[in-house]
Amino acid sequence: MKKLLIACLIMLSSASIYAGGYRVAAQGQRALAMGHAGVAVVNSAELAFFNPAGLAHLEGKLNVSVGFTGVLSQTRWQNEDTGQFSETDSGVGTPFHAYISYKLNETFTAGLAVYTPYGSSVDWEQDWAGSHLVNDIDLQSIFVQPLLSIRLSDEVSIGGGPIFVTGNVNFNRNADRSLTDEQGVRSNVTIDDTGVTNWGWSASMLITPGDNFKVGINYRSEIILSSEDGDATFNNFTNSPLTPANTTMGFQADLPLPAELTIGASYEFNDKWLLAVDYNRIFWDVYKSLDIDFENPAVPNSINPRNYKSASTYRVGVQYNALDNLTLRAGYYFDETPVRDGFFAPETPRNDSNGFTGGLSFAINDQIAIDASLLYLRFQEVDASYDPYVENGQQAPFEGTYNSNAFLPGIGLTYKL
Amino acid sequence: MKSIYIKFSLFFASLLVIASCEPEFEQSVENDQIYESGEANFSNYVAVGNSLTAGFMDNALYREGQMNSFPNIMAGQFEFAGGGEFTQPMVNDNLGGLLLNGEKISPNRFVLAVGEDGNPAPAELAGTPTTEITNKLNGSFNNMGVPGARSFDLSFNGYGNPANLPSAANPYFARFASSPDASVIEDAVAQGPSFFSLWIGNNDVLGYATSGGAGQDQTGNLDPSTYGPNDITDPNVFAQVYSSLVDGLNQSASGGILMNVPDVTSIAYFSIIPAKTVTLDAETASQLNAQFSLYNTQVLGGLAQVGVISESEAQARQINFSAGNNFVTMQDENLTDISTILQGPPFSLDPQTAQILSQLRQANDSDLIPFSAAQVIGTTVNDDPTLINGVSVPLSDQYVLTPEEQSLVQAATNAYNATIEGIAQQNNLALLDVNSILTQVNQEGIPFNGGVITGEYVAGGGFSLDGVHLTPRGNALIANEAIEAINEQYNASIPNVNLGDFKTITPSNDVAQ
Repeated sequence: MKKLLIACLIMLSSASIYAGGYRVAAQGQRALAMGHAGVAVVNSAELAFFNPAGLAHLEGKLNVSVGFTGVLSQTRWQNEDTGQFSETDSGVGTPFHAYISYKLNETFTAGLAVYTPYGSSVDWEQDWAGSHLVNDIDLQSIFVQPLLSIRLSDEVSIGGGPIFVTGNVNFNRNADRSLTDEQGVRSNVTIDDTGVTNWGWSASMLITPGDNFKVGINYRSEIILSSEDGDATFNNFTNSPLTPANTTMGFQADLPLPAELTIGASYEFNDKWLLAVDYNRIFWDVYKSLDIDFENPAVPNSINPRNYKSASTYRVGVQYNALDNLTLRAGYYFDETPVRDGFFAPETPRNDSNGFTGGLSFAINDQIAIDASLLYLRFQEVDASYDPYVENGQQAPFEGTYNSNAFLPGIGLTYKL
Repeated sequence: MKSIYIKFSLFFASLLVIASCEPEFEQSVENDQIYESGEANFSNYVAVGNSLTAGFMDNALYREGQMNSFPNIMAGQFEFAGGGEFTQPMVNDNLGGLLLNGEKISPNRFVLAVGEDGNPAPAELAGTPTTEITNKLNGSFNNMGVPGARSFDLSFNGYGNPANLPSAANPYFARFASSPDASVIEDAVAQGPSFFSLWIGNNDVLGYATSGGAGQDQTGNLDPSTYGPNDITDPNVFAQVYSSLVDGLNQSASGGILMNVPDVTSIAYFSIIPAKTVTLDAETASQLNAQFSLYNTQVLGGLAQVGVISESEAQARQINFSAGNNFVTMQDENLTDISTILQGPPFSLDPQTAQILSQLRQANDSDLIPFSAAQVIGTTVNDDPTLINGVSVPLSDQYVLTPEEQSLVQAATNAYNATIEGIAQQNNLALLDVNSILTQVNQEGIPFNGGVITGEYVAGGGFSLDGVHLTPRGNALIANEAIEAINEQYNASIPNVNLGDFKTITPSNDVAQ
């Protein structure tokens, strides 16, 4: 009998909060239109995110960039051995950004950035074949960062500032692959927390060896969100001492937002053409395992190995000043997955992807321009599995074929004075 | 200059077009014909049988069980290869009890309840059932599984007539029979099945086995209307009925699968309680031995000496207890009844004692104790603490399936299975050897992604809490094995299901007080 009790408890031990690679690169409409390359492009207040050191090089006293992006993503899963299939509800995520910089004098420029680099929203069909791993998840984080940019010389400037992060998470999954209540409704657990906060920082440098050639480097620190005041709600368990009670209890979990290093360069061929390349490294290897410690000691901790590896992204973009009031942009990037074989969890199934981007800026007058961008993110069809899931003391890999894409149209406004 | 605009516009437009496409698999299980039906046609699958086909489990027919009936699981997979809708005569609730004119006539399902002593045991789920069997369901049903049906019941006209209840009709069939005089097989054949499954014969031996052989072996009696509920059906009656059932179903069908009868010793019902189930301390054991010493020496010895019983019977009837686990005591109808002799001289025992000793022996490893004995073993007679059932008072015939009784069941089962195999071959139908599948479940278990399904009660995952019927996971196992047999027979490629996705038993303390 003990066996059954243990079985019921172990069912709870495989929760997961995060998407596989929950970085959403949409922190500026102009950069996004160029493959999200921008560490060495002095263009607008988007530098507040891409390279704060560059803010000191902006023309004008006041620069503002605001915008948001709609993330329309869809993932399909199927298993040819069983014929099971499912798809995510293509909900819309809306990463946004607002940057402002103000030139204090020739040397110092101050700024403020608000942006959402990490987030995930995935909604599978309720009780689908992988519902023991995730039914739905919504992860949001907002970064708020005061900035200072210093022009050390004509060639070198530096910048950076502290980051305040606030995050929310809501995540639901079934207790295991089959447990139900007396009415046949699947037993499930929801984890919810809002207003989880912590601090980090970023620092950057921009070097301008020549008039048309720029090199940039930007580092953003790792930030661990420690969720301590959230609720874990147990639903649709049977009325039995052999299963957890239907109740709400506290939990504790650490959610890493990994550090990111970007190095890049831009070159202006002439008045019309600009080329930018960026290399990103995200230090995902910090994400070893997601461990959820439930307040009630009778409910064992949920250990969810992730075993991520650090991953790189290669970006290239071009900009063409077509008319005095019209600028066209296009770009491409290749995004490496941080997920290792056998650790492919369906919270956000993200394998290697190719991003194709395009966009434009239309200047209404000397001060205001409208920016638009479009990203189409295509993932290779992949046969993958999540192996660490354990039920009744035995591993039960969750396998299948995934096919995803994402479509991110964005719009923004640039203002300079 | 213009060409750049055109190129850019084209680039932007193509991004939009690509992006508006949903992700598509190279080969989609939904849209592409990955799976083949081969020579079979699954458009109208009809399942005929008994409780096992109906999805009866945990001692009741309830909605969740019906949804997990093996035919419903199979029909779900057939949909990948041209299978049509599969309708079932759904009961009203997840309790499972039946009402006849508002009176409860069958219990709710079992759940696993933890008692005050901390021990889990099956108990009836609390609640008032709402399935009134006089509420007739309209239409025809692909699942023609009728709990309790024996082979010959399927062709019995009036089996669904409420006027014939309780003895000559079946309350489950009464709910959905097309007319009071319809038979199960007529209603099945009338649907013109394109494919069928037939799993019948279990109840032709099961009643006898679960009643510990209290019924009769009717081998030689060709008139099933004279059979009692716990009797063994004559194999010739079975063969004749079975062949006519298959002939009927085969008229319209492109194919079908016949499923044979598992050996009763392979169901959990006979393995939950070991024969060696009486736990005694040394003191009690020696007290009991003292109590039975006259019986062991003088009675058995004396009767053997005068030839009333043989020397080997005297040996087999010895009662011996020791500290630890002991075999239960039982009444074996194959032993010589010595109650009359014991009441006369020289023994001159009182009738009660003589009755206890009349056909007394201790069980051994060859005996099977039905789960029903759990209610009896260890209880006292007339609140007399010295009269303990299974110890000082032998278990009556219905609580032990002796080797002699087992061999009657075995012989009938073998005969039925030979018939089933022969008819499958004659008609080029798929055959599922459920008998060997359940034997494998019991012996080494059958592994699946994330576990092993075994015959162990509760923990094994195969048998529901009634010990006879399968869990949803057990049904999924049968469905998978049937699908493989069908794929083989008809060159089809129906996909299997994942056993780990199917539940086993339900723990709950919401039980009737």
